[in-house]
Amino acid sequence: MPLFRNIASMIALLPMIIISLTVFVGCIIYSFIYSLTNSKLIPVTNFVGFDQYERLFKQRKWDVAVENIFIYGFVFTIGCLIIGFLLAVLIDQKIRGESLFRTIFLYPYAMSFVVTGLVWKWVLNPTFGLENSMHMWGFSWFELDWLVNRDLAIYAVCIAAVWQGAGFVMVLMLAGLRGIDEDIWKSLSIEGVAKWKSYLFVILPMLRPMVVTAIVLIAAGVVKVYDLILALTSGGPGYATTTPAMYVMENFFSRANLGQAFAASIIMFISVVCILAPWAFYEFYLRNKYAAN
Amino acid sequence: MGGKMKKFFSILLTLFLPLSFTNVSKAGGHMEAEVIHWWTSGGEQAAISQFAEAWQEMGNTWIDTAITGGDNARGTTVNRIIGGNPPTAAQFNISKQFVDLVEQGLLQSLEEVASAEGWRDFIYPPELIETCEFEGEFYCVPVNIHSWQWMWINNDVYKQVGLPVPQTFEEFLAGAPTIQDAGIIPLALGGQGWQESGMFDVVASSIMGFPLMQSIYRDKDVDAFRDGRFESVLNTFRELNTFTDEGSPGRLWNDTTAMVIEGKAAMQVMGDWARGEFAVAGKEAMVDYSCVIPGKEKYVALGGDVFVFPKNDDPKVKEVQLAMASMMVDPTVQAKFNNAKGSLPMRLDVDTSAADACMQMGLDLIQNPDAIMRESDDWNTPAFTSAWDDIISEFRNDPNYTVAQVMDDLEGVLTSGL
Repeated sequence: MPLFRNIASMIALLPMIIISLTVFVGCIIYSFIYSLTNSKLIPVTNFVGFDQYERLFKQRKWDVAVENIFIYGFVFTIGCLIIGFLLAVLIDQKIRGESLFRTIFLYPYAMSFVVTGLVWKWVLNPTFGLENSMHMWGFSWFELDWLVNRDLAIYAVCIAAVWQGAGFVMVLMLAGLRGIDEDIWKSLSIEGVAKWKSYLFVILPMLRPMVVTAIVLIAAGVVKVYDLILALTSGGPGYATTTPAMYVMENFFSRANLGQAFAASIIMFISVVCILAPWAFYEFYLRNKYAAN
Repeated sequence: MGGKMKKFFSILLTLFLPLSFTNVSKAGGHMEAEVIHWWTSGGEQAAISQFAEAWQEMGNTWIDTAITGGDNARGTTVNRIIGGNPPTAAQFNISKQFVDLVEQGLLQSLEEVASAEGWRDFIYPPELIETCEFEGEFYCVPVNIHSWQWMWINNDVYKQVGLPVPQTFEEFLAGAPTIQDAGIIPLALGGQGWQESGMFDVVASSIMGFPLMQSIYRDKDVDAFRDGRFESVLNTFRELNTFTDEGSPGRLWNDTTAMVIEGKAAMQVMGDWARGEFAVAGKEAMVDYSCVIPGKEKYVALGGDVFVFPKNDDPKVKEVQLAMASMMVDPTVQAKFNNAKGSLPMRLDVDTSAADACMQMGLDLIQNPDAIMRESDDWNTPAFTSAWDDIISEFRNDPNYTVAQVMDDLEGVLTSGL
């Protein structure tokens, strides 16, 4: 009976389990039920079937939001991993002033997304930001209008997000690199393997737990991204940088359209489950099973 | 801790207040009221404190809960009503924003004081009564009228290029290339959804007139919508947008007004609250800047604010709420409040001698019932207006979004039953 093996720890976990069940599962059920109603400003039980979902999928804005979250998720995750890993490798070269650089690179992570958003809003603003400065220095060919260009604005958001998140990945990776046994480096140098090759093909696979941790933490941030975009573009120009979370919040509050907000949040929930479930199944179940065999 | 402190202060207040006010027993004793509003800028604070002072002069306590941003403030109000801890009074706009609250029976009827004081006789224009009246009872107090219908124009810019100040959007468009050649931005527009759709409605009313707007926004008349005039509004709006600057997306309205004040831009379409920015900058109406209601037929739109009073389990609160509602419509309080706010009062017998040239224009206009215009949100829910505004905003920002496509999408909203 594995369930009752650690009775003491089960009891200790009980409050957490109860809270998770009531708050998370309870709220999901509540959201689903009310997503079937035409609630506007306050929740009412006036059921309209799947009308809210039908309306949701007809919204041009929702399509843009879904597209954006995929672009953002991809660029942000890959960008953070690559830049974070590169920074970690560079710092790992036993350079002088290591702790100074570590602090500088990690500093953006200590900031709130709202601050990051505002800082980049000023930097990328074409009329008084970097573009304007470059023009005043005489580089009149310089152009940086990403933030006001509807096709590129979402990438401007990604830049700001990577700027903030890369330092955190760097610290995780650096901790992993420091945990690599000296003997491995020695044997690699005896074999005469080029440094970049040893990092890419030997060390990186050994950092697997760090990479997985980083991806999980970054992915959680991707789905709920809201404050950064609100501060940086407020979803603009037009609604070119809106995201599903913003769509939900808007309908909850300013638009007083609760039914629509619930429907959108349920769709968000289902898509997260669809993406995470197979991976979680593999990571936490299948792997343990193989390891046990 | 917080609760204890509050109790301590209220005990302190009840101990000392009766000493300084002799008419307490007449007013029914000391009353405490919490008011949620979103008036946080300098001029707005000055305005709401007129209410607070008047309330305190009656021997009562005013608990000010100012929340930045109308959306947040309204969200807080609704959450607190549903959570069973409603404020005494809460701000909404003159619109359908609070209809659900009335329908669910969550608001206090003000009919007692409204019929006793004869609100229906003095509230002007009578359209305001429509906003607040549900099944023959008053549920809100209109406190002011703000109008969107203004072009704010820097006179020096037009003097510099040798053009007369434009009176219509057509005249503005004719002069815009000249202004652009002089290195000045012709149209200052902050690229936020509400600024874009606000300007769109001004263009719409000035080009197609209020009767047609009414048949589209109120009656959802698809034939009227399709008769060609709405398309010309869209075309004019698109043309106007070619004269903005690239820094427009996301810019705040007051930063945008500052561009006109400083002469970096020639004109901004914005509500009458922009006048406050010119006043603070020391500019004089009709000398340094012009305020123009564009179009041959001039309208003044009925935007503005109301206060609602959520029902409370405590029967004593009703008395407080009725007293506050009565205070808000009082002519002296109205005069002080609206002069501070720069808005028009909700009754005609109010002293407006402090009004400047622009405000006087609004005051003259509002006395003509034919010049009074309603806005989409007077008839439609936020769900409808925001779906509509999304399309307008996207139309402004996406040059590939054709007029024909926009017409189809707008018709979709019109017939959606939202």
